[in-house]
Amino acid sequence: MLPTYLQVAPLTVVLTLFFVVPVGLVVLVSFFRYQMLVGIVPDFTLKNYVDLLTNPTTWTLYQSTLKFTLIVLAITFALGFWIAYFLVFHVRNLLTAIGLFLVCTVPFWTSNIIRMISWRPVLGKEGLINSALLNTGVIDQPIEWLLYSDFSVVVAYVHLFTLFMIVPIFNSMARIDKSLLEAAVDAGASRWGVIWNVVLPLSKTGIALGALFVVTLVMGDFFVVTVMSGGLSGSATSGIFNDLQFLNYPRAAANAVILLIIVLLIAASIFRLVDVRKELVR
Amino acid sequence: MKKTGGLLNGRVSRRSVLKGGAAVAGATAVTGFPMVWAQNLKDVTLMHTGMSYSTLPDIARQATQDLGFKVEMSVVDHPGLLNRLVQDPKSLDIADLEIWQSKVAVPQGALQGIEIAKIKNWGELTPLYTEGKFGGKEASRQGDSPFEYIYREGMDTNGFAGGVTEWANFCPGVYNADTLGIRPDLVGREISSWADLISADFKGKTAIQNIPTNGIMDAMMACESAGLLTYGDKGNPTQDELTATIAKLIELKKDGHFRALWSTFDESVNLMASGEVVIQSMWSPAVTAVKAQGVKCVYQPLKEGYRGWGNGLGMLAHLEGLKRDAAYEYLNWYNSGWVGGFIAKQGYYSSNPATAMAALSENERGFFYEGKAATADITSPTGEKTNSAGEVRDGGSYEERFSKVAVWNNLPDEAEFLYAKWNEFNAA
Repeated sequence: MLPTYLQVAPLTVVLTLFFVVPVGLVVLVSFFRYQMLVGIVPDFTLKNYVDLLTNPTTWTLYQSTLKFTLIVLAITFALGFWIAYFLVFHVRNLLTAIGLFLVCTVPFWTSNIIRMISWRPVLGKEGLINSALLNTGVIDQPIEWLLYSDFSVVVAYVHLFTLFMIVPIFNSMARIDKSLLEAAVDAGASRWGVIWNVVLPLSKTGIALGALFVVTLVMGDFFVVTVMSGGLSGSATSGIFNDLQFLNYPRAAANAVILLIIVLLIAASIFRLVDVRKELVR
Repeated sequence: MKKTGGLLNGRVSRRSVLKGGAAVAGATAVTGFPMVWAQNLKDVTLMHTGMSYSTLPDIARQATQDLGFKVEMSVVDHPGLLNRLVQDPKSLDIADLEIWQSKVAVPQGALQGIEIAKIKNWGELTPLYTEGKFGGKEASRQGDSPFEYIYREGMDTNGFAGGVTEWANFCPGVYNADTLGIRPDLVGREISSWADLISADFKGKTAIQNIPTNGIMDAMMACESAGLLTYGDKGNPTQDELTATIAKLIELKKDGHFRALWSTFDESVNLMASGEVVIQSMWSPAVTAVKAQGVKCVYQPLKEGYRGWGNGLGMLAHLEGLKRDAAYEYLNWYNSGWVGGFIAKQGYYSSNPATAMAALSENERGFFYEGKAATADITSPTGEKTNSAGEVRDGGSYEERFSKVAVWNNLPDEAEFLYAKWNEFNAA
């Protein structure tokens, strides 16, 4: 028996130390009391949760986060699916496919922040797009909604997170036996029929994993939304950040617990749609 | 590079003589064994912790060179400093705090009293801090004015004294009077009032700082000037006043009035330099930074007056023995000239104007303190040109500027309510 315990011990220790204990502490602190600008006082209270759930600001923030999540999910899925499809089924040469796949990762050689900030000189009032349109006479006033708007937030998210969609879908598609596609065509399926009835169902593990990445990344973000909206939009996490600014750790912890529950629910529903475990060992 | 090095060395040699004198005088008073003391002092390291605008590595470098022990700088943001003072006070030795932050730090017992007799040049320090006066007249008491928080009764009494005592909560640091920054080439008309921040003329071209305690002050100055709201005491607004002000801000935000809300120094610089906004809340060094990029920017004086703020250097409660002696040495050095000259070029003022002015060239002194036209180009601390010969500093002389402080940065009694309301504004 002992060797079995020894085998699971390293993972158990790592998970306990770096996952169970921190989350446990966050949950614990979420029930503590907050003293103005001093921090936590270890009294049991439900006030933090009551405060959050009855405050319309919380709902506004979650609503805005969900909105961004859904929009970004839809766009990154559309892009990710077609890019992966192109790489796997259109590029005949494996080496070319791998080469193109690596090209997709090139933007990731720079840091997140650089990739995000670089959009500002492109989208700004005196930015590339506006100057180009002004100089060619298409518009006579700079377009303001390009920057510091929901639009610029979505642009940055899509740019940052599409790769997280491409990689798992690419991986799933690469495992599809090409003869299945031939069989479908032989059986009279149209080009779209093949995609709809063969490729899409067989890529759903990748889609589920990609969706999970994108959902957790967008829901956990406050930096992109703050910077790209010029501080005009918020997210659930920016609510947490604001609380931390004033040392209100208990309410920040309570908010983190609520966010964790929502993300777990989303993850659970994704896994309900797709049995990732079964698909992975396929 | 070479030239600067030469200049610094020149200063050091003059200063080390002074320092030697101070060390001996101080040493005999403290231990009576100057040699041993001077030896050990080399091993002391002081951690100076504060916000980015005043916690500058150049100051630490110069202090280390001049004092013979090591001074290090660690930069935190406003809540970060409070956090450290309360949660981890041993991680810093000197707290470079804003006056209002002392309202949290002092009652928490994070600081020890500073014996005023050990601060040699206390008598020369600006009466704004030490007497609550400026130019012989009573300075504004709206908000957290330095004088109300600087004194305490004794070394370990963690509170604020009503008047002048022998003990200080902090030694005066840098300070300034803030106003709005504008792009004179783009505003298209004269700017003379805080009300212009919320004027419809600048819809979509303004920004306000996303730091609740400061942002609300700018908003209150604007609302009051525009005749929209009145306040009993802008330094300590009531819940109703805050609710009304935030409601106005939300209305403006929904109407697309604000191009952005900025929370860091560089954001405010970029917004202004790129022309995204033409009028906004701003800090003085940010205006300098915009000008250093060759873009026109003015720190516009307004008829309602300035929003003043000040920093103080507090000694952490855990300092004792040699380290405390080193801390006193550092506080004395801080107001002895070099720092004053350095920060003047950022647009800030030293609490010891006399020594700061002595550390500046005649041209710089005239420009930064005396309201005179520059006789040659003025450069930032890093050497970029910020003003040409013939220009006069925005807001005029030191006296002119500080006689017009209307209100001080503060931590209102209703701060928690303010934070909740500000969150609403952020989420709206």
